[in-house]
Order: sequence, then C-alpha cells, then structure tokens
Amino acid sequence: MTQVSMTVNGKSVSGDVEGRTLLSGFLREHLSLTGTHVGCDTAQCGACVVHVNGEAVKSCNMLALEADGADVGTIEGQANADGSLNVIQQAFQDHHGLQCGFCTPGMVMSAAALLKENPRPTEAEVRKYLEGNLCRCTGYHNIVKAIMAASGQDVSSIAAE
Amino acid sequence: MYNFEFEKPSTVADAVSALGGEDAQALGGGQTLIPTLKQRLASPSTLVSLGGIPDMQGVCIEDDGSVAIGGATTHATVASEAAGSYPALAALAGQIGDPAVRNRGTVGGSLANNDPAACYPAGALGSGATIITNTRQIAADDFFEGLFSTALEEGEIITTVNFPVPQAASYQKFLQPASRFALVGVYLARFADGVRVAVTGASEDGVFRWSEAEEALNKEFRPDALTGLSINPANMIADLHGSKAYRAHLVSVMTKRAIEACM
Repeated sequence: MTQVSMTVNGKSVSGDVEGRTLLSGFLREHLSLTGTHVGCDTAQCGACVVHVNGEAVKSCNMLALEADGADVGTIEGQANADGSLNVIQQAFQDHHGLQCGFCTPGMVMSAAALLKENPRPTEAEVRKYLEGNLCRCTGYHNIVKAIMAASGQDVSSIAAE
Repeated sequence: MYNFEFEKPSTVADAVSALGGEDAQALGGGQTLIPTLKQRLASPSTLVSLGGIPDMQGVCIEDDGSVAIGGATTHATVASEAAGSYPALAALAGQIGDPAVRNRGTVGGSLANNDPAACYPAGALGSGATIITNTRQIAADDFFEGLFSTALEEGEIITTVNFPVPQAASYQKFLQPASRFALVGVYLARFADGVRVAVTGASEDGVFRWSEAEEALNKEFRPDALTGLSINPANMIADLHGSKAYRAHLVSVMTKRAIEACM
C-alpha cells in the first residue's frame, strides 16, 4: 500500500491504495463519492469523467497514484456553494437532458470542460466533444440542447427529434 | 488486474534505472496499457510512470525548423501547441480517441505501442520523424517492425520525437466510430525532396509506406497520379468492420483525399 494525497472538490484527502487502484475506485470506494459512475470500465463510455488539474479524464483509465498531488473535481463538486444546481446541471433539468441518469455525471463533467475551453460552442462542436460520452438511452438531443442552453444560447429553434 | 508496484520518477535517468528491475514496464498515459492490464494481458511487477518527468514534456521548435515533442506530451497538448508550427500533425493528434483520452494519452506511448490502427505511427512515418530515446536516435523508417513491435529495446524510453515539417501535409482518417481508431488512415507529407505516404489501420504488419504512390506523386503531384495503382489486398486486415478488399480500396481513396488537401 502506498499513501496517495490529492485535493478533491477543494478538500485535501489522502488514503492508502494499491498500485492497481484506479482513480474511479479511490473516489468511489475510499471517499464514498459514488456520483462518479463506472459504466464500461474500458474507457469507452465516459460515465467516469472527472477533472484532473482542470482537464477532463476518464477516471477508470487512470491510476489513483497518478493523481497524487492533483486537483480533482467530481460531480459532487459541481453544485453551487448553497447546494443549488449550477448552470449546467440546471440546464440538464430544464431541458430534460437525462433519462435514466447513469451517464449524466460524465456528461456534466465533459460539458463543464467543453464550456471552459469553448464558452459558446455550436451544436456540431458539442456533439463532437461528447464523442467519448455514451448515453445508452440515446438521449443525446436534449443533452446537446441543455449544454447549449447552459452556454447562454437560445435553443428554442433546436428541435428535439 | 493483477497488482503491481508503482513508481513515478522525475528524471529520465531514474526512470531507466527503475525499468531495469525484473518485469518492470513503462506507463505513458495508460489509455491502452490500463485496459490491457484489466484484461490481464500484461502483468508487470512494477509500472514506471513517465508522466512526472519535466524533460519529456512539451512542444518546441528546433533551430532547423523541425518540431520536437517530448515523449510524455499528451495528444491534447500536441493538438493545441503544434497547431501553428505543424498543423497536419496537430490535426492528427486532435482526432485521436475523444477529448478525455487525448488529455491522458501520449505520443511516446502511442509510438512505443505501435497499434496497427493507431494514428501517430502514420504521422511519424509519413513525416520521416526521428524517435529519440535515452540511448540513441532511430529513424521512423527503422522504428516500426510490425504488429505492436518496434526497434525499442527492453527498458528503452522515447524521450523526444523530432518531426521535420513538410511544405504540405494531410492526415486523412477513416474513423472506426466504436473504437475511434483508424479503419484506414493515410498521412501524406510533401517535402522539397519528395513525397512520403504512410498508411495505418490497413496492413496486418502495421503502418507502412506506399512506395508506388510516392514514386507516382514525385513525378506528378495530383490525385490522378494514382490512376492504375492499387494496394494488394492479400496483406490487409480483415475483421467485422471491413474486408481486405475494402481496406485496400480505402487506402487509395484516403490517399487521394490527402493529395487534394495538400493542393
């Protein structure tokens, strides 16, 4: 066992992990932050996306020890300080951007990373950025709509097909 | 996956030393290696992360105009930082996997793995890059030795990859949308002294140069120059995504698109 320390959602945390412990496992099993979902465990589906030093990564495809000293952000850290939904989460609710909700944490984290580097993406840019986030309900139209709405764009003309 | 010891040295020398241990293996971004470990297709006793070595990070332009990229530089960094100096290579990096994968995966990891459908081997071979390790410099033409096989010795680390910048270049990737690897990808680079055409995703032997197309394009650089040329399908990959003949056909189609993009 090796000690790993990092900042998660602004709090310093540490724990003893094996070499093979994944970042997703450390978050879920050591810190009980189960909002980060493990869908495929093969780095395909993106349900496990978190931010490491501000960048979106698939936490099921990164060792916990690789995140030693890093600043990690998860879905649990997305809400506003008063507990209300942040602008992306609120847009997902307003535009019905989820069905079963399993992929939602990863979708929200990817959306946050996208809007940080591209504050007003086109619909095509949103779809392109979400290549690595799969929704098995196939609810993509409303997810894209929610992300565009969160960026402050008028989405009334985007049809939910 | 089986358990292993984890080390994260901060210098190349320490990494080389750590890799001298029995069954030690280098870890780049882990975007292929970690899934491989999960399937128990590899079981190193020690994983040596190359992600903590500052000397292996970043993109810089050398005095001769070539672009030198640290072996542990992520695809996302290459996509943004090489966009001005070598746009075709930056575009290649920006098409690998998805954004989260590009934030972890590295150029050195991709080249050392030499997946037959990976993008970077085509970029390196097509550019005539030099792969610089802790012990020597290897020309791309001598580096790729077939499926998942390279000239790297045990414990040898790709510290830098040096890409000469051509007059024009284009990477045309026919995406396999589930894996996001190339079903077929063609990297074409036009230098003052000749054209190089490197093909990935197609051959059972991994990335290769299409020398007949290069000869034809050296005589006349236009899409019609390929008329009458074809790839022998015998050595192509066949799987549920495409037959040998389909891949052979795609090589011609993607090469023509690359030529058009360079005109």
